Amino acid sequence: MKTNTLENAGADLATSLRIALVSVLLCGGIYPLVIFVFARLVVPESASGSLVRDHEGKVVGSRLISQAFSKPVYFRPRPSAIKYDASAAGGSNLSPAGPEVRQRALQTVKEFGADSARPLPADLASTSGSGLDPFITLQAALYQAPNVALARGISLDDVEAAIHRQAAGQRIFLSGEGLVNVLALNMALDDMQKKPIHSRQ
Amino acid sequence: MSILMLLLLLAMPVLLSWPLGRYMTEIMNPSSGSGDGRIENLLKKTGGRMLDREQEWKGYLVSMLIFNAVMFGAVVLMLSLQQLLPLNPDGKGPLEASLIFNTAVSFVTNTNLQHYAGEVSMSYFSQLFALTWMQFVSAATGIACLAALSRALAGNTLVGNFYRDLLRSVLFILMPLSVVVALLLAVGGVPMTFEGAALARTLEGATQTIARGPVAAMIAIKQLGTNGGGFFGPNSTHPFENPSFLTNYLECISIPLIAMASVWMFGRITGRMRHAAVIFSVMLLLLILKSGIAIYLESTPAMAFKGLPIEAFSNLEGKELRFGPGTAAVWAAVTTATSNGSVNCMHDSLNPLTGLVPLAGMWLNVIFGGVGVGFINMFIFIIVGVFICGMMVGRTPEYCARKVETHEMKLALLALLVHPLLILVGTAVFASTPWGAGTVLNKGAHGFTEILYEFSSAAANNGSGFEGLGDNTVPWNVATGLVMLLGRYIPIILPLAIAGSMAAKKPVPETTGTLRIDTPLFAVVILGSVLLIGALLFMPVAVLGPVADYLSTSIQ
Repeated sequence: MKTNTLENAGADLATSLRIALVSVLLCGGIYPLVIFVFARLVVPESASGSLVRDHEGKVVGSRLISQAFSKPVYFRPRPSAIKYDASAAGGSNLSPAGPEVRQRALQTVKEFGADSARPLPADLASTSGSGLDPFITLQAALYQAPNVALARGISLDDVEAAIHRQAAGQRIFLSGEGLVNVLALNMALDDMQKKPIHSRQ
Repeated sequence: MSILMLLLLLAMPVLLSWPLGRYMTEIMNPSSGSGDGRIENLLKKTGGRMLDREQEWKGYLVSMLIFNAVMFGAVVLMLSLQQLLPLNPDGKGPLEASLIFNTAVSFVTNTNLQHYAGEVSMSYFSQLFALTWMQFVSAATGIACLAALSRALAGNTLVGNFYRDLLRSVLFILMPLSVVVALLLAVGGVPMTFEGAALARTLEGATQTIARGPVAAMIAIKQLGTNGGGFFGPNSTHPFENPSFLTNYLECISIPLIAMASVWMFGRITGRMRHAAVIFSVMLLLLILKSGIAIYLESTPAMAFKGLPIEAFSNLEGKELRFGPGTAAVWAAVTTATSNGSVNCMHDSLNPLTGLVPLAGMWLNVIFGGVGVGFINMFIFIIVGVFICGMMVGRTPEYCARKVETHEMKLALLALLVHPLLILVGTAVFASTPWGAGTVLNKGAHGFTEILYEFSSAAANNGSGFEGLGDNTVPWNVATGLVMLLGRYIPIILPLAIAGSMAAKKPVPETTGTLRIDTPLFAVVILGSVLLIGALLFMPVAVLGPVADYLSTSIQ
């Protein structure tokens, strides 16, 4: 059967509307609902955003989302172009050869007191794509360990042990490189110091 | 290590594309009497009587355009009313008119340019019913049009029925694959919730608002349908879109999968599998080249750190650590070879020369390309290649046993030239007026590249960006909206017109004098056509943008 294109425009429109309606319900409604129900049942924790709670059950953040740390007792995450605003994520979008990145890096080098004998790991001087990268490299964690140990008044060995425990749980396939989740590490250190009697027994 | 990663990332979709291509052919072009009456009945019930008709190429295109117009209207309506519609726990407000136009065009054309940030501007209703829906049907439009082109080149003047093809690809190709990928992503840690943003009180006592939502469902089809429009502003760099090494692997191999399988589908429908293999190898070669170059260039540490006490092994600006080394470079290459446009690092922060890799992919736009439409673009280069060979030996060029004559060549050249015209004119106008020059983030040649990238991305229906560009302005929204429309429909309409005109001709018998299209020699011809034409058209802007950027910042 041959179609006469112009005469059929009306029929085309009707069919298009009909298919649009069916497909919008399927793709926008039923499909997400199926995935939602599955996720709710199988992985309820990560389905609602991998939220981390304190002992009282209050939400302190998400395991996947970096948050700001500036106190000396805490390890610092990678710098964030959006100041760790998890409601409007983004990167710096600056050229890695440009003057702005150099200015920022100079500032960071000064804050950490890095010099050529003790160079700063690059991840601490580079903003991530989302501004919310929850990880730092193992080297970047070990780099900060002496300062954190000093500020907390605990031994460097304890801090480094905590770092290695974190890194062991997060190894990148192939490279075997350990990554450290900053929020998890800082919470682990807080826990360690809140219950000194338990931990020493 | 990066090289091994490259192999793992590319080998998997290549392997999977073979069975998928076979499956797609069975869905789109079921062999008669294969007992699928139930499927055909289901389609007819969904679509109505129109589905009985076999259409010529013109009727097919009219149906396609009418359906796409309906898609556009529906999305404009949904986005305009977002503040009144349900599923809006965070109370997202109304959107600006030019942004609605740009977003609707962007998703209808399978581009997903996104001049908005999802978690800032869009309600869950808009994300799912408007944008995710569009990611299915715009991808299905591409697959349908390739099926029609293939049937025409197989010698049929009746090229199928658009609505039937559309439903087939949504229901039996895109939907099952998306369900599988979305479930795996959910298991991998991608959120899937209808609750509003979470409020957290951080360890230091500050308040952090954590945007979330029904992410997993959208990410799956975003990757598979070469859409690229993410749930969050920074796309797959965001830990909620892409939480781990494994989700990154899954998302990255999903990008080229259907585009690769589309080549095999073309081969099966036309009955020219060896020819399809020749084209596939040309595309794969270009993809490997692109990825390899990107890995190499990105392994250079940020130039800004030179002379500072910073220990760097690669460029980490705009990158996430959890995906592992080299994966961002490969993703950048793959997402711009296919017209996907999702990102797992910030392309604006790639090293100056690396920026050339995604740009080159979008300029050529035939390295697997968008689902369905990638091969349709390649068809134009094939026609031109066949024509050049024909001229060299002094015979009337032939392709798929049909003569390629003046009429076809006129259309092919028009289709070939639309793409550079849109990019170069747009870039020239915006670089020389405050419309563009006033919106760049980085200065000098890098800023020029931001403008060039935006137009390349719009014309190639890619959707990635040098996101430093402040592109949510009325001039940008309108200009890129128009470029996306022309860059989508002209390169679908003209190739189908060519194929339709060829199908109406008498077949010419293939003799020893016929140019063989299934040999390595033909692969060289196609590779040459693609690279030479691409280089001629875009070399000047490449030098003005990324090359000048490199020379002015990195040679000291």
